[in-house]
Amino acid sequence: MELRRYRADLHIHSCLSPCGELTNYPRRIVARAAEAGLDVIAVTDHNTAENAAAVLRAAGRSGVAVLPGMEATSEEEVHVLALFESLSDLLPVQDAVFRSLPDVPPKTSFVKDQVIVNEDDDVTGFSARQLLAATRLDLRELVSLIHRFGGLAVASHVDKDAFSIISQLGFVPSDLDLDALEISPHMTAAAARTALKLNPSAALVRFSDAHRPEDIGRTATDFLLAAPTLAEIRKALRSEGGRKVCGS
Amino acid sequence: MTLAELIRQLDLKVFTGRNELARPISGGYASDLLSDVLAHGKKDQLWVTLQVHPNIIAVASFKELAAIVLVNGREPAADTVELARKEHVSIIGTPLTAFEFVGKVYGLGIQGT
Repeated sequence: MELRRYRADLHIHSCLSPCGELTNYPRRIVARAAEAGLDVIAVTDHNTAENAAAVLRAAGRSGVAVLPGMEATSEEEVHVLALFESLSDLLPVQDAVFRSLPDVPPKTSFVKDQVIVNEDDDVTGFSARQLLAATRLDLRELVSLIHRFGGLAVASHVDKDAFSIISQLGFVPSDLDLDALEISPHMTAAAARTALKLNPSAALVRFSDAHRPEDIGRTATDFLLAAPTLAEIRKALRSEGGRKVCGS
Repeated sequence: MTLAELIRQLDLKVFTGRNELARPISGGYASDLLSDVLAHGKKDQLWVTLQVHPNIIAVASFKELAAIVLVNGREPAADTVELARKEHVSIIGTPLTAFEFVGKVYGLGIQGT
Protein backbone atom coordinates (compact mmCIF):
# COMPACT_ATOMS: atom_id res chain seq x y z
CA MET A 1 0.00 0.00 0.00
CA GLU A 2 1.33 3.41 -0.91
CA LEU A 3 2.10 5.75 1.94
CA ARG A 4 1.81 9.51 1.71
CA ARG A 5 1.80 12.51 4.00
CA TYR A 6 -1.50 13.51 5.56
CA ARG A 7 -1.80 16.79 7.43
CA ALA A 8 -3.86 16.48 10.59
CA ASP A 9 -5.34 18.87 13.12
CA LEU A 10 -6.97 16.61 15.68
CA HIS A 11 -7.81 19.17 18.36
CA ILE A 12 -10.61 21.53 17.29
CA HIS A 13 -13.40 22.94 19.46
CA SER A 14 -16.77 23.68 17.90
CA CYS A 15 -19.38 26.16 19.09
CA LEU A 16 -20.47 23.53 21.62
CA SER A 17 -17.42 24.05 23.81
CA PRO A 18 -18.17 26.74 26.38
CA CYS A 19 -14.94 28.46 25.40
CA GLY A 20 -15.42 27.96 21.65
CA GLU A 21 -16.53 30.80 19.41
CA LEU A 22 -20.12 30.63 18.25
CA THR A 23 -18.86 31.00 14.66
CA ASN A 24 -17.17 27.60 14.83
CA TYR A 25 -20.07 25.85 13.10
CA PRO A 26 -19.67 22.54 11.22
CA ARG A 27 -19.59 23.89 7.65
CA ARG A 28 -17.23 26.66 8.67
CA ILE A 29 -14.90 24.17 10.37
CA VAL A 30 -14.81 21.95 7.30
CA ALA A 31 -14.34 24.88 4.89
CA ARG A 32 -11.56 26.33 6.97
CA ALA A 33 -9.89 22.90 7.30
CA ALA A 34 -9.89 22.48 3.50
CA GLU A 35 -8.54 26.02 3.07
CA ALA A 36 -5.73 25.29 5.55
CA GLY A 37 -4.71 22.22 3.55
CA LEU A 38 -5.75 19.71 6.21
CA ASP A 39 -6.49 16.12 5.20
CA VAL A 40 -7.92 14.99 8.51
CA ILE A 41 -9.45 16.80 11.49
CA ALA A 42 -11.08 15.84 14.78
CA VAL A 43 -13.81 17.70 16.64
CA THR A 44 -12.92 17.62 20.31
CA ASP A 45 -15.34 19.55 22.48
CA HIS A 46 -14.98 19.52 26.25
CA ASN A 47 -16.59 16.39 27.70
CA THR A 48 -19.07 16.04 24.84
CA ALA A 49 -19.27 14.88 21.24
CA GLU A 50 -22.74 16.19 20.51
CA ASN A 51 -21.55 18.16 17.46
CA ALA A 52 -19.35 15.39 16.05
CA ALA A 53 -22.11 13.85 13.90
CA ALA A 54 -22.89 17.25 12.36
CA VAL A 55 -19.25 17.89 11.45
CA LEU A 56 -18.96 14.36 9.99
CA ARG A 57 -22.00 15.00 7.79
CA ALA A 58 -20.91 18.53 6.89
CA ALA A 59 -17.58 17.11 5.68
CA GLY A 60 -19.41 14.79 3.26
CA ARG A 61 -17.32 14.55 0.12
CA SER A 62 -15.24 17.64 0.88
CA GLY A 63 -12.06 15.57 0.94
CA VAL A 64 -11.47 16.36 4.60
CA ALA A 65 -11.66 13.25 6.77
CA VAL A 66 -13.26 13.78 10.18
CA LEU A 67 -12.57 11.71 13.28
CA PRO A 68 -15.18 12.02 16.02
CA GLY A 69 -13.69 12.81 19.39
CA MET A 70 -13.83 14.81 22.58
CA GLU A 71 -11.47 16.45 25.03
CA ALA A 72 -12.33 14.77 28.29
CA THR A 73 -11.33 16.07 31.75
CA SER A 74 -10.06 13.58 34.32
CA GLU A 75 -10.68 13.87 38.05
CA GLU A 76 -7.19 15.37 38.43
CA GLU A 77 -8.26 18.07 35.90
CA VAL A 78 -6.03 16.69 33.16
CA HIS A 79 -7.35 17.23 29.62
CA VAL A 80 -7.16 14.16 27.39
CA LEU A 81 -8.06 13.97 23.70
CA ALA A 82 -10.18 10.90 22.96
CA LEU A 83 -10.18 10.13 19.22
CA PHE A 84 -12.29 7.48 17.54
CA GLU A 85 -12.83 5.92 14.13
CA SER A 86 -16.60 6.11 14.30
CA LEU A 87 -19.42 7.66 16.26
CA SER A 88 -20.62 4.26 17.41
CA ASP A 89 -17.26 3.69 19.14
CA LEU A 90 -17.39 7.12 20.74
CA LEU A 91 -20.97 7.16 22.02
CA PRO A 92 -20.49 4.71 24.93
CA VAL A 93 -17.51 6.79 26.06
CA GLN A 94 -19.60 9.94 25.86
CA ASP A 95 -22.28 8.24 27.98
CA ALA A 96 -19.71 7.32 30.64
CA VAL A 97 -18.32 10.86 30.64
CA PHE A 98 -21.81 12.37 30.93
CA ARG A 99 -22.60 10.09 33.89
CA SER A 100 -19.46 11.23 35.67
CA LEU A 101 -19.94 14.97 35.28
CA PRO A 102 -21.26 16.89 38.29
CA ASP A 103 -24.98 17.46 38.23
CA VAL A 104 -24.73 21.25 38.33
CA PRO A 105 -26.16 23.24 35.43
CA PRO A 106 -23.78 25.72 33.76
CA LYS A 107 -24.11 29.36 34.70
CA THR A 108 -24.39 31.15 31.40
CA SER A 109 -23.10 34.46 32.68
CA PHE A 110 -19.67 32.84 33.04
CA VAL A 111 -19.50 30.50 30.07
CA LYS A 112 -20.57 31.00 26.49
CA ASP A 113 -23.62 29.19 25.16
CA GLN A 114 -22.97 25.50 24.58
CA VAL A 115 -24.57 25.30 21.16
CA ILE A 116 -25.61 22.02 19.53
CA VAL A 117 -26.04 22.35 15.76
CA ASN A 118 -26.80 20.20 12.73
CA GLU A 119 -24.76 19.84 9.52
CA ASP A 120 -26.49 22.88 8.02
CA ASP A 121 -25.33 25.00 10.95
CA ASP A 122 -28.88 25.30 12.34
CA VAL A 123 -29.03 25.49 16.12
CA THR A 124 -30.85 22.43 17.42
CA GLY A 125 -30.27 22.88 21.14
CA PHE A 126 -28.01 23.81 24.01
CA SER A 127 -26.11 21.47 26.27
CA ALA A 128 -27.33 21.76 29.86
CA ARG A 129 -24.26 19.97 31.20
CA GLN A 130 -21.38 21.53 33.07
CA LEU A 131 -18.95 20.79 30.22
CA LEU A 132 -15.98 22.63 31.74
CA ALA A 133 -16.13 20.58 34.93
CA ALA A 134 -13.89 17.61 35.76
CA THR A 135 -15.38 14.13 35.54
CA ARG A 136 -15.09 11.69 38.41
CA LEU A 137 -12.95 9.42 36.22
CA ASP A 138 -9.34 9.35 37.33
CA LEU A 139 -6.72 9.53 34.61
CA ARG A 140 -6.16 5.81 34.42
CA GLU A 141 -9.87 5.04 34.33
CA LEU A 142 -10.31 7.60 31.56
CA VAL A 143 -7.46 6.23 29.44
CA SER A 144 -8.68 2.65 29.84
CA LEU A 145 -12.25 3.71 29.01
CA ILE A 146 -11.03 5.32 25.78
CA HIS A 147 -9.00 2.22 24.89
CA ARG A 148 -11.86 -0.16 25.71
CA PHE A 149 -13.84 1.40 22.88
CA GLY A 150 -10.96 1.43 20.40
CA GLY A 151 -9.97 5.07 20.80
CA LEU A 152 -6.66 6.87 21.01
CA ALA A 153 -5.85 8.73 24.23
CA VAL A 154 -3.62 11.77 23.76
CA ALA A 155 -2.67 13.99 26.72
CA SER A 156 -3.57 17.57 25.71
CA HIS A 157 -1.11 20.47 25.61
CA VAL A 158 1.31 18.89 28.09
CA ASP A 159 3.47 22.04 28.14
CA LYS A 160 0.68 24.31 29.40
CA ASP A 161 0.50 25.39 33.03
CA ALA A 162 -3.18 24.56 33.41
CA PHE A 163 -5.19 21.39 32.75
CA SER A 164 -2.16 19.49 31.50
CA ILE A 165 -0.84 16.21 32.80
CA ILE A 166 2.37 17.95 33.87
CA SER A 167 0.68 20.91 35.59
CA GLN A 168 -1.65 18.59 37.50
CA LEU A 169 0.61 15.61 38.18
CA GLY A 170 4.10 17.11 38.01
CA PHE A 171 5.33 14.70 35.33
CA VAL A 172 3.97 12.05 32.97
CA PRO A 173 3.48 8.82 34.98
CA SER A 174 5.54 6.09 33.30
CA ASP A 175 2.88 3.40 33.69
CA LEU A 176 0.14 5.38 31.94
CA ASP A 177 -0.76 3.92 28.55
CA LEU A 178 -1.10 7.15 26.55
CA ASP A 179 -0.90 6.93 22.76
CA ALA A 180 0.75 10.33 22.36
CA LEU A 181 1.45 13.64 24.05
CA GLU A 182 0.22 16.86 22.46
CA ILE A 183 2.46 19.92 22.55
CA SER A 184 0.68 23.27 22.30
CA PRO A 185 1.25 25.69 19.39
CA HIS A 186 3.44 27.79 21.71
CA MET A 187 6.34 25.33 21.75
CA THR A 188 8.09 23.06 19.27
CA ALA A 189 8.08 19.32 19.88
CA ALA A 190 11.87 19.23 20.14
CA ALA A 191 11.94 22.07 22.69
CA ALA A 192 9.19 20.42 24.72
CA ARG A 193 10.95 17.06 24.77
CA THR A 194 14.01 18.66 26.34
CA ALA A 195 12.34 21.24 28.59
CA LEU A 196 9.76 18.83 29.99
CA LYS A 197 12.15 15.83 30.09
CA LEU A 198 9.66 13.74 28.14
CA ASN A 199 10.28 10.05 27.57
CA PRO A 200 12.35 9.83 24.35
CA SER A 201 10.05 7.10 23.05
CA ALA A 202 6.79 9.06 23.60
CA ALA A 203 5.06 10.07 20.36
CA LEU A 204 4.67 13.86 20.21
CA VAL A 205 2.03 15.64 18.12
CA ARG A 206 1.03 19.29 17.79
CA PHE A 207 -2.45 20.53 16.97
CA SER A 208 -4.16 23.92 16.96
CA ASP A 209 -6.58 23.58 19.91
CA ALA A 210 -8.62 25.99 17.77
CA HIS A 211 -11.54 27.75 19.42
CA ARG A 212 -12.22 29.98 16.38
CA PRO A 213 -12.26 29.22 12.65
CA GLU A 214 -9.14 31.24 11.80
CA ASP A 215 -7.02 29.12 14.14
CA ILE A 216 -7.92 25.78 12.55
CA GLY A 217 -4.78 24.26 11.01
CA ARG A 218 -2.59 27.02 12.48
CA THR A 219 -0.65 24.17 14.01
CA ALA A 220 -0.94 20.66 12.58
CA THR A 221 1.01 17.41 12.40
CA ASP A 222 2.01 15.54 9.25
CA PHE A 223 1.66 11.78 9.37
CA LEU A 224 2.94 9.25 6.82
CA LEU A 225 -0.10 6.99 6.33
CA ALA A 226 -1.84 4.73 3.83
CA ALA A 227 -5.19 6.42 4.53
CA PRO A 228 -6.48 9.15 6.87
CA THR A 229 -7.97 6.75 9.41
CA LEU A 230 -7.62 6.25 13.15
CA ALA A 231 -6.06 2.79 12.67
CA GLU A 232 -3.39 4.28 10.41
CA ILE A 233 -2.69 7.13 12.83
CA ARG A 234 -2.32 4.59 15.63
CA LYS A 235 0.30 2.77 13.54
CA ALA A 236 2.10 6.05 12.88
CA LEU A 237 2.21 6.87 16.61
CA ARG A 238 3.80 3.44 17.16
CA SER A 239 6.05 3.76 14.05
CA GLU A 240 4.64 0.52 12.64
CA GLY A 241 4.67 -0.66 9.02
CA GLY A 242 6.50 2.38 7.72
CA ARG A 243 3.86 4.74 9.12
CA LYS A 244 5.27 7.58 11.17
CA VAL A 245 4.84 11.03 12.62
CA CYS A 246 6.71 13.29 10.19
CA GLY A 247 6.60 16.46 12.26
CA SER A 248 4.56 19.58 12.76
CA MET B 1 6.24 19.75 66.28
CA THR B 2 6.51 16.15 65.10
CA LEU B 3 4.08 14.30 62.88
CA ALA B 4 3.04 12.12 65.81
CA GLU B 5 2.08 15.15 67.92
CA LEU B 6 0.10 16.68 65.07
CA ILE B 7 -1.72 13.42 64.44
CA ARG B 8 -2.62 13.17 68.11
CA GLN B 9 -3.75 16.78 68.43
CA LEU B 10 -5.93 16.77 65.31
CA ASP B 11 -7.02 13.13 65.46
CA LEU B 12 -5.69 12.32 61.97
CA LYS B 13 -5.83 9.01 60.18
CA VAL B 14 -2.51 7.39 59.24
CA PHE B 15 -2.59 5.54 55.90
CA THR B 16 1.14 4.87 55.52
CA GLY B 17 4.47 5.68 57.17
CA ARG B 18 3.84 4.71 60.78
CA ASN B 19 7.60 4.40 61.27
CA GLU B 20 8.24 7.96 60.14
CA LEU B 21 6.10 9.76 62.70
CA ALA B 22 8.99 11.11 64.78
CA ARG B 23 9.78 13.42 61.87
CA PRO B 24 9.69 17.14 62.66
CA ILE B 25 7.41 19.45 60.68
CA SER B 26 9.03 22.73 59.64
CA GLY B 27 6.03 24.32 57.92
CA GLY B 28 3.26 23.63 55.44
CA TYR B 29 2.24 24.00 51.82
CA ALA B 30 -1.22 23.55 50.31
CA SER B 31 -1.69 22.93 46.58
CA ASP B 32 -3.35 20.47 44.22
CA LEU B 33 -1.03 21.22 41.32
CA LEU B 34 1.89 18.82 41.60
CA SER B 35 3.97 21.00 39.27
CA ASP B 36 3.50 23.83 41.77
CA VAL B 37 4.57 21.66 44.70
CA LEU B 38 7.64 20.55 42.77
CA ALA B 39 8.48 24.22 42.28
CA HIS B 40 7.62 25.59 45.72
CA GLY B 41 7.42 22.80 48.28
CA LYS B 42 10.23 22.73 50.84
CA LYS B 43 11.96 19.98 52.82
CA ASP B 44 10.12 18.88 55.99
CA GLN B 45 6.90 20.69 55.08
CA LEU B 46 3.48 19.16 55.51
CA TRP B 47 1.76 19.03 52.09
CA VAL B 48 -2.01 19.46 52.09
CA THR B 49 -3.81 18.23 48.96
CA LEU B 50 -6.76 16.28 47.62
CA GLN B 51 -4.80 14.60 44.82
CA VAL B 52 -4.49 10.84 45.36
CA HIS B 53 -2.58 9.81 42.21
CA PRO B 54 0.68 7.82 42.79
CA ASN B 55 2.65 10.81 41.49
CA ILE B 56 2.10 12.53 44.86
CA ILE B 57 4.55 10.04 46.39
CA ALA B 58 7.23 10.87 43.84
CA VAL B 59 6.78 14.57 44.56
CA ALA B 60 6.85 14.13 48.35
CA SER B 61 9.91 11.91 48.17
CA PHE B 62 11.80 14.15 45.74
CA LYS B 63 11.09 17.29 47.79
CA GLU B 64 11.67 15.45 51.11
CA LEU B 65 8.34 16.65 52.46
CA ALA B 66 7.42 15.61 56.01
CA ALA B 67 4.09 14.05 55.01
CA ILE B 68 1.12 14.26 52.66
CA VAL B 69 -2.23 15.18 54.19
CA LEU B 70 -5.29 14.15 52.18
CA VAL B 71 -8.28 16.35 52.94
CA ASN B 72 -12.04 15.92 52.46
CA GLY B 73 -11.86 12.32 53.65
CA ARG B 74 -10.07 11.28 50.48
CA GLU B 75 -8.30 7.94 50.48
CA PRO B 76 -5.09 7.18 48.59
CA ALA B 77 -5.34 4.92 45.54
CA ALA B 78 -4.08 1.34 46.09
CA ASP B 79 -0.91 1.84 44.06
CA THR B 80 -0.31 5.15 45.81
CA VAL B 81 -0.24 3.26 49.12
CA GLU B 82 2.09 0.64 47.68
CA LEU B 83 4.51 3.27 46.39
CA ALA B 84 4.34 5.22 49.67
CA ARG B 85 5.37 2.10 51.61
CA LYS B 86 8.29 1.55 49.30
CA GLU B 87 9.42 5.17 49.53
CA HIS B 88 8.70 5.52 53.29
CA VAL B 89 6.36 8.46 52.72
CA SER B 90 3.70 9.17 55.33
CA ILE B 91 0.17 9.70 54.06
CA ILE B 92 -2.27 10.96 56.64
CA GLY B 93 -5.91 11.91 56.23
CA THR B 94 -8.57 14.20 57.62
CA PRO B 95 -12.29 14.57 56.93
CA LEU B 96 -11.81 18.36 57.09
CA THR B 97 -11.65 20.59 54.01
CA ALA B 98 -8.25 22.05 53.09
CA PHE B 99 -9.31 25.46 54.45
CA GLU B 100 -10.41 24.08 57.82
CA PHE B 101 -7.41 21.80 58.17
CA VAL B 102 -4.85 24.48 57.30
CA GLY B 103 -6.53 26.85 59.74
CA LYS B 104 -6.18 24.36 62.58
CA VAL B 105 -2.57 23.53 61.74
CA TYR B 106 -1.68 27.21 61.54
CA GLY B 107 -3.32 27.69 64.92
CA LEU B 108 -0.90 25.09 66.31
CA GLY B 109 2.03 27.25 65.23
CA ILE B 110 2.93 25.60 61.93
CA GLN B 111 3.37 28.29 59.28
CA GLY B 112 3.82 28.44 55.56
CA THR B 113 7.36 29.67 55.39
